[in-house]
Order: sequence, then structure tokens, then C-alpha cells
Amino acid sequence: MDPGRWSYVAVLGFVLIGCLWLELALRTRVLVRTRRLLASMIVPVLVFYAWDAYAVASGHWTFDPDRILGIRLPGGVPIDEVLFFLVIPLASILTLEAVRSVRGWKAGDEP
Amino acid sequence: MTYTQLGVLAVILVVAFDLWAARTRLVTRRLFWVSYAIIVFFQLITNGMFTGFGIVRYSGDAIIGGSSPDAGPPPFIGDGRLAFAPIEDLLFGFALVLLSLSCWIWLGRRGLQRTPLAGPPIWRRAPTEPDEGP
Repeated sequence: MDPGRWSYVAVLGFVLIGCLWLELALRTRVLVRTRRLLASMIVPVLVFYAWDAYAVASGHWTFDPDRILGIRLPGGVPIDEVLFFLVIPLASILTLEAVRSVRGWKAGDEP
Repeated sequence: MTYTQLGVLAVILVVAFDLWAARTRLVTRRLFWVSYAIIVFFQLITNGMFTGFGIVRYSGDAIIGGSSPDAGPPPFIGDGRLAFAPIEDLLFGFALVLLSLSCWIWLGRRGLQRTPLAGPPIWRRAPTEPDEGP
């Protein structure tokens, strides 16, 4: 496969490099709370998958076929986009927990 | 609906979810807004890569600005764009981030892996282990 097809996924790799270190350095304890993390992703993935399918069908946005993996899921959603809808919630949760780790501010879920 | 309309609608719906459905009330918390400020900074970089390299292109019929050009990057700023990406992406991103964080906090409040809590950073002393009883 042409390496350019990994362009989209490479951007997601950049996001992961930017945030995964927080789990160790700031002890965010997000990855170790795996069930909570995965459950948190269910609603965002479903909602934004539906939005993506609508946007693709309506022509709001298109993907360069030479820069995505080329696997399309029902509704014409590239698999790269599904990975996006998993990586962004992960990065967001890691960031929130990193700020909480440093500042100690309340999030509303404290015991 | 256009991307612009959908973006505004999504932000309204997700804020309503946070305030009144999940009742996580993150938009009332400093923790959320400081976190979002960090996230949106990195969103501009990554979105700039998606749009500046032409991985994703937008139709001028769906956004405030014009269509992404067939060759070369769209404007870095101006014509309804910021860091190559349509400003509508800020609405899309805000909705995705707030919905994800609201779900995370809601599940914690419900008791799903509420602990271990985050912190402290490695440059601070770890919480002391409870002393062994006599």
C-alpha cells in the first residue's frame, strides 16, 4: 500500500504521542480505568458516526482517497474516522484528568 | 442542513445534555474550561494538518467559507477558516469533547471505576501508603 494512505492515521498518531505520556507522568489513571474509558466512548462514537455518515451523504466533506486507508464502513464512513472518534475522546479525557492531577480541581465525580 | 447549522445545533444539544440530562454540569466548572483551552490549541494543530494537507476537503455549500481548493491548501486564516480548517470545526470539536467528558464524568458518578483518582504528578510525592496497624 502507498504509504500516503496512512496520512490520516499518522495525524492520529501525532495526537496519541501528544497525550499518552500524561498517563505515566501525571498519573491520570485513565487507561487503567479501561471499562469506564470504553463505556465513555459509546455515545460519542454513535452520535458522531451518524453525523459523519450524514455529512458524507450530503457532500459536506470528502476525503482524499490517496490519504486514507480506503476501508469504508456503512454510510460511507472511512474507518480512519472511526479511529478519530476513539482517539479524540481518549485525548480529551486524558487532558481533563491531567489538569485535575496538577490542579486538584473538582470534576463532580469524587467519592 | 448545512455544516454550520449542524454545528450550532450540536453545541446546543450537548450543552443541554451536560446540564440537564447527565447533570454533569461541566460547563460550570473551571476544570473543564482549562482542559478545553488546552484541547482546542491542539485541535487547531491537528485540524490544520487534516485540512492543510488536503486529507479532508469541505464543500462551500455546507460552510461559511468557500470550498477547499482542488490543489494546494485553503486559506490559513480568513474566508471562514482558522488554521486551514472551517471555523465550524470548532463547534464540531467542542461538541465531541464535551460529550466525551460528560459521559466520562457521568459514568464515574454512577460508580463505574470512580477510583483510582488522577494524580499526583510524578514530580510530587505519591500518596502515602496507610500505616500498618499495630
